[in-house]
Amino acid sequence: MSAPESEIVQFDNVGLRYGTDREILSNISFTLFPGRFYFLTGASGAGKTSLLKLLYLAQRPSRGAIRMFGTDVITLPRERLPAYRRRMGVVFQDFRLVDHLSAFDNIALPLRVSGVREADLQGPVTDMLEWVGLGHRAEARPATLSGGEQQRVAIARAVIGRPDMLVADEPTGNVDPEMALKLIRLFEALNRLGTTVVVATHDVHLIRKVPDSLIMRLDKGTLADPTGALRYPPRRVEAGR
Amino acid sequence: MKRPPVVTRAVERGLSPFRGKRAAHLLPRARLGGPMPWVIAIMVAITVLATAGGLALSNLVARASGDLASSATVQIVDPDPRTRSAQAEAARDLLASDPVVVSVAVLPEDEVEALLEPWLGAGAEDDALPIPALIELRLRDGSSETELARLADLLAEAAPDARIDAQSDWLAPVLSALSTLRWMAFGLIALLAFTGAAAVWLAARNALGSNRDTIEIVHLLGGSDDQIARIFQRSILLDALVGGLLGLLAGFAAVLLMGAQFAVLDSGLVAGGGLDRLDWMLLALVPLFAIAIAVYTARMTVLSSLRKML
Ligand SMILES: Nc1ncnc2c1ncn2[C@@H]1O[C@H](COP(=O)(O)OP(=O)(O)O)[C@@H](O)[C@H]1O
Ligand SMILES: [Mg+2]
Repeated sequence: MSAPESEIVQFDNVGLRYGTDREILSNISFTLFPGRFYFLTGASGAGKTSLLKLLYLAQRPSRGAIRMFGTDVITLPRERLPAYRRRMGVVFQDFRLVDHLSAFDNIALPLRVSGVREADLQGPVTDMLEWVGLGHRAEARPATLSGGEQQRVAIARAVIGRPDMLVADEPTGNVDPEMALKLIRLFEALNRLGTTVVVATHDVHLIRKVPDSLIMRLDKGTLADPTGALRYPPRRVEAGR
Repeated sequence: MKRPPVVTRAVERGLSPFRGKRAAHLLPRARLGGPMPWVIAIMVAITVLATAGGLALSNLVARASGDLASSATVQIVDPDPRTRSAQAEAARDLLASDPVVVSVAVLPEDEVEALLEPWLGAGAEDDALPIPALIELRLRDGSSETELARLADLLAEAAPDARIDAQSDWLAPVLSALSTLRWMAFGLIALLAFTGAAAVWLAARNALGSNRDTIEIVHLLGGSDDQIARIFQRSILLDALVGGLLGLLAGFAAVLLMGAQFAVLDSGLVAGGGLDRLDWMLLALVPLFAIAIAVYTARMTVLSSLRKML
């Protein structure tokens, strides 16, 4: 458990390049605080997904320092990373559902991975299926679901474990406005329970629906801070280095 | 606003390990659909057969050389049947009282004739060619050349026409050929084990390739390398169990069939190439080794692929 005002994520001069190409992300520095709601905006190709990959520990930066939950995750031994991933819920841009598992089993997967008893997960998973309007599709395989239904399963899977941080990459891209609003309300409700939320989107309407949110904007791989709400550049991390 | 139905923090995690049935359904259930059980079954069957061959040859070499080392033949060549049988009896009495000799038997004349018939033709006794008297000797195990020389000296007086032969002398080349064959069988087993491991490695990699997405998803949801490796180990373990059992049954059937055919051949001198209980137990270990190799390879393959991910 992090203390209320201690930062949950801190990026310090982070750069990312794929292979030997130019940097996709340059000089990224920001701090995320627990319990806040963040939007990450930017044109398509600006690097939103790349930044989120760094955040959900799927990608190593080419330079810079990243601290999460008070730990330097760059120098952390590989075998200690799963524990950090379990504290996050991720909605991938391409959903990443397991093809041969039912909607129910896909949503239950993070709970099973972190060792929740079957008896403890049946109820919440069923309720969650109802919440995202898929109660009648519990046994359906992802391939038989529409794009929007798959997206709702992906979101349900990301939030079911009540993560410390939720990272969602364009989570409302495939659903109608009504469902988009409902999903944002789900994120807000989770946020009120204490989860830090980071949503990448270029849907301005969606951003307006969450009045207290903070906005980060990516432009050609560098971070702008239009609301002034982010501490930028962040306080340097010197202790323990 | 209704509270979202998330699992509360109060729910304890880590109580129910993610393995066994809970984890197994992460892989598509294509049991027996893939090549894995069949590859393993064939490798096990062939290895069982090769191992059985090697063990049978081993037994044969051991028993034959034991038999040969402890047996000898005394020939008494004398044209006069009366002195011949007198010498034979004297030799037998002398030999029977010697401590090295376990048993001694004078072959009846008609048996000797039967033995010689293929070479001399029937009714050989009428010819000028004298039929030797034959005495079969069985010596204590571990009797050496010097013992035979001592026995020859012993006989020199009572039966001057006696000649003593160790059977091992003239069968030595056969024994060395059998022993070479045995080493070839063991070499074959080593090669098969290697090929089997390679086949299993390829099959495991193949399974991994078609499930790469699943692996990556579980990895990103916080599954540890060990959890993910176990899923594949379990899947391959089931395949290997089925394949190993099939292969063992097929191999046993083939060994029994071969055994029955060799028993019909029954070449008197080199009998005893059968398998004893310990040998059968060794054969039953073959599928266990195959399963161990399969599971180990699957684990190593999955782990090395996971290490390429952050
Ligand atoms: N795995 C990759 N290898 C090489 N280039 C990549 C890779 N992923 C993304 N890119 C490039 O990085 C840039 C930013 O992509 P992305 O992070 O997906 O942006 P966004 O999510 O904002 O649309 C794009 O130019 C894209 O082509
Ligand atoms: Mg993107």
